Amino acid sequence: MNDVKSQAAARRKALTDDKVRSEAAITLVTFMLEEETYALDIGQVREILEFTSVTKVPQTPDFVRGVINLRGSVVPVVDLKLKFGMKQTEKTVNTRILVTEVDVDGDVAVIGALADAVHDVVEMEPHEIGPPPKIGTRLSVEFIRGMGRKDDEFIIILDFEKVFSSEELSAVQSLEDAPAGEETGLAEEPLDEENSVSDDQ
Amino acid sequence: MADDYLDIFQQSYREEALELLAELEDSLLEWEENPADPDLLDRIFRAVHTVKGSGSMFGLDELASFAHEVETALSLAREGALEVSGRLIDLTLAARDLIQTMVEELDGGDPPDPDAVQALKADFSALTQGKGGDAPPPVETQGGEKTMGPETWWVRFEPSPDLFRRGTRVTGLLKELRELGECTVAARTGRIPPLDRIDADACFTFWDAVVTTEKGEEAIRDVFLFVEDDCKLIIERLEASPHLQAHAPMLLEFLETAEDPGPKDLKRLVRLAEDLSSAESSAQIRSKAKARKDAGADEDHSKALARAGREASGGGPVRAGQNGKGKNGKEISSIRVPAHRLDKLVDLVGEMVTVQARLTSASARLADEDLRRVSEEVERLTMELRDNAMSCRLVPIGTLFSRFKRMVRDLSHELGKDVAFSVFGGETELDKTVIERLGDPLVHILRNAADHGIESPEERAATGKHPQGTISVTAEHSGDYVLIRVADDGRGLDAEAIRAKAEKMGLCAPGAELSDRQIFDFIFMPGFSTTSRVTGVSGRGVGMDVVKKSVEALDGEILVSSEKGAGTVVTLKIPLTLAIIDGLLVAVGDDYYVIPVSSIEECVEFTREDIVRGRGRKTITVRGEMVPYIRLKDRFRLGVSMSEVEKVVIARAGEHRVGFVVDQVIGDHQTVIKSLGPVFRQVTDVSGATILGDGSVALILDVQRIIRDAHYEATV
Repeated sequence: MNDVKSQAAARRKALTDDKVRSEAAITLVTFMLEEETYALDIGQVREILEFTSVTKVPQTPDFVRGVINLRGSVVPVVDLKLKFGMKQTEKTVNTRILVTEVDVDGDVAVIGALADAVHDVVEMEPHEIGPPPKIGTRLSVEFIRGMGRKDDEFIIILDFEKVFSSEELSAVQSLEDAPAGEETGLAEEPLDEENSVSDDQ
Repeated sequence: MADDYLDIFQQSYREEALELLAELEDSLLEWEENPADPDLLDRIFRAVHTVKGSGSMFGLDELASFAHEVETALSLAREGALEVSGRLIDLTLAARDLIQTMVEELDGGDPPDPDAVQALKADFSALTQGKGGDAPPPVETQGGEKTMGPETWWVRFEPSPDLFRRGTRVTGLLKELRELGECTVAARTGRIPPLDRIDADACFTFWDAVVTTEKGEEAIRDVFLFVEDDCKLIIERLEASPHLQAHAPMLLEFLETAEDPGPKDLKRLVRLAEDLSSAESSAQIRSKAKARKDAGADEDHSKALARAGREASGGGPVRAGQNGKGKNGKEISSIRVPAHRLDKLVDLVGEMVTVQARLTSASARLADEDLRRVSEEVERLTMELRDNAMSCRLVPIGTLFSRFKRMVRDLSHELGKDVAFSVFGGETELDKTVIERLGDPLVHILRNAADHGIESPEERAATGKHPQGTISVTAEHSGDYVLIRVADDGRGLDAEAIRAKAEKMGLCAPGAELSDRQIFDFIFMPGFSTTSRVTGVSGRGVGMDVVKKSVEALDGEILVSSEKGAGTVVTLKIPLTLAIIDGLLVAVGDDYYVIPVSSIEECVEFTREDIVRGRGRKTITVRGEMVPYIRLKDRFRLGVSMSEVEKVVIARAGEHRVGFVVDQVIGDHQTVIKSLGPVFRQVTDVSGATILGDGSVALILDVQRIIRDAHYEATV
């Protein structure tokens, strides 16, 4: 665990160092969610896996698809599309899990994110990256670090720390009080509500 | 690099010092009970001396000079010049705390209040004033050893190459040696390798010294007390001779080549040195010395062999535990290992258990006789390995209890109460992490006992009780659990007052029929306190709910029983370990769950008739008793259709029983607990996950929590 933390800390340090060094080019991993291209800083991506079977965890919002066994560690997998208000990710030959390291309230968490496909590793100069648009995106501006542009294509660069902040994850809490043995239909409603609230933000 | 060494060295000093200080505290408290025991005084003195000595070696001069004051008072007490009084013990305890603050300062703690240090120093000198006078602080005449006329000793100090890496300053040691009396030192540099092979951090030098002192062998040995484990130390008395020191340089020259001379050789050498130093011819000296060396070669060889044997059996430069470090302490009974290495070991064993489960299932599938035999063997070994690795992390709970002695003592003084505190079963072992996390809850419980439980001596006398109250802490094994009981003979819990308060807070309906147990359970509710009085000690209404939470976080249980006027017993039931548990693997739909076996009472069939018989209420009749059940499929909203035959696993938390309806009971599973991590912090029904033989993940149900939640909802 400590290893993971120190590695992540080192990586983050390297990242900030990079920034200090006159806003040098950043390296991104690009992936697809439906028809749009998204990207993550490569420093946050640990590895990319094929989509295997996921064990569902109770009392979690729908976008948390469950957990997988990553060589002996239990790693949560989230469905970014559900999180961003799109349809649930279906399993295809191209579906991948991006295993990322994210800082959740000071703890480094390893989180898997589902993507319809993982494309490429690209370098981007600072001048190629613009600020997040005020309107016109499906997801909350808060989650966006910037908009990149490469060969006439827009790339939405995500801020995973925001996407997985504890507030976002604590959407779970409303489910906690579900009384024992409650019928299926009743308990599901607050969940949907909770999701739509967070998506509209 | 140098900084790293310093860190490592400082850390080990800190650990040792804190250990010593803990020991010191124990001894002091014991001393308070048996002030006449000279052994205790010796132990206390030694602890202070060691902390002082190693402190000054690390350049903690303030600490050393402070400890020195304490040492002076203690040594006066040892000589009988100073009466052993409550005041001396109080002061020494206070001094111990200050020294601890100083040691903790190394680790970034707050520095001690300089005024407090000065005040305490003044107190000590007031105490020692006029008793031993301003007599120079007695250099220890260890263990009551008589001081005799001056004797001359040959000391060879041959440190392990790691000496510098541990931060030891040889000059400091030699300076201390010189302070013992007349002393001649020679550094031996013959073993220093050529430059290309030299390791700048290693120590290749050893030292010979001829010391003339009245203080005896012990005093010399004490100089090297802190490096004793890391060096070869020879101390031999040389034949008494008034002029020996004058011949020391000559003698040292002879000794340079001596490997391990016996007393007879030494005698001969001394004589030789005396003869020859008065003679003129240095050439003659050298040749004679060489002759002696050659003649003694065979003898030396056999001795060297014997020594090598001794050293081999003692193990190399392994760090011995404090306790095993006797005067001739070559036997090493314990080894200090960084906790994270043990954690890693336990992690690896966890992996091993998982892999072994896969091997077992593979061998069952392949039905190969050879494979089966191997797999059974591996299974047996893995279980043994698991038990052994787990036992490495077990620590006697007494280490925790000793902290409480002091706390209860100070607390009862503060509250003006007379409390006898006793501890039983301190040798009971528990997982290290569990023990660490038990400290705070136990402190809370003990504070409650001392503050609310035990009455004032007057009140006790008035009710016909012995004016001295008692609080005891008992630990014992009970199956896979350890039971820790905190009992006091104080006023007990007032069930009526608690009930009234609970009704006022709306925790129960007025006049509801409640057992004492149920009533006592209210004290674990957040914000619940029946005391109107808030003291610095307790009564703020925070506490018992926190205690309960921390105990439950350990998968433990807390029970209270009390009789008004007779006392209260709080029992903590704590599982032995947190890393691997025995679980029962069950299937619900396509998913697998593990239920801890420790919570399970039995498994029964669940049929449609049971549902009909329940008439809408979700209860099942087991052996004539109604047990509510929870259908995991519904609770977890798995949305799979009901299967024809289901099973109910009856589990218990405290006095509540609940059945868990599952599709299939698969069987025992050695469950290696994996944390779900921060993402699932809010999930309460699941306490962790485990990896099954086929590599898939199964969730571990937090049965205790589910049952309690269900019960809580039912009562509110």
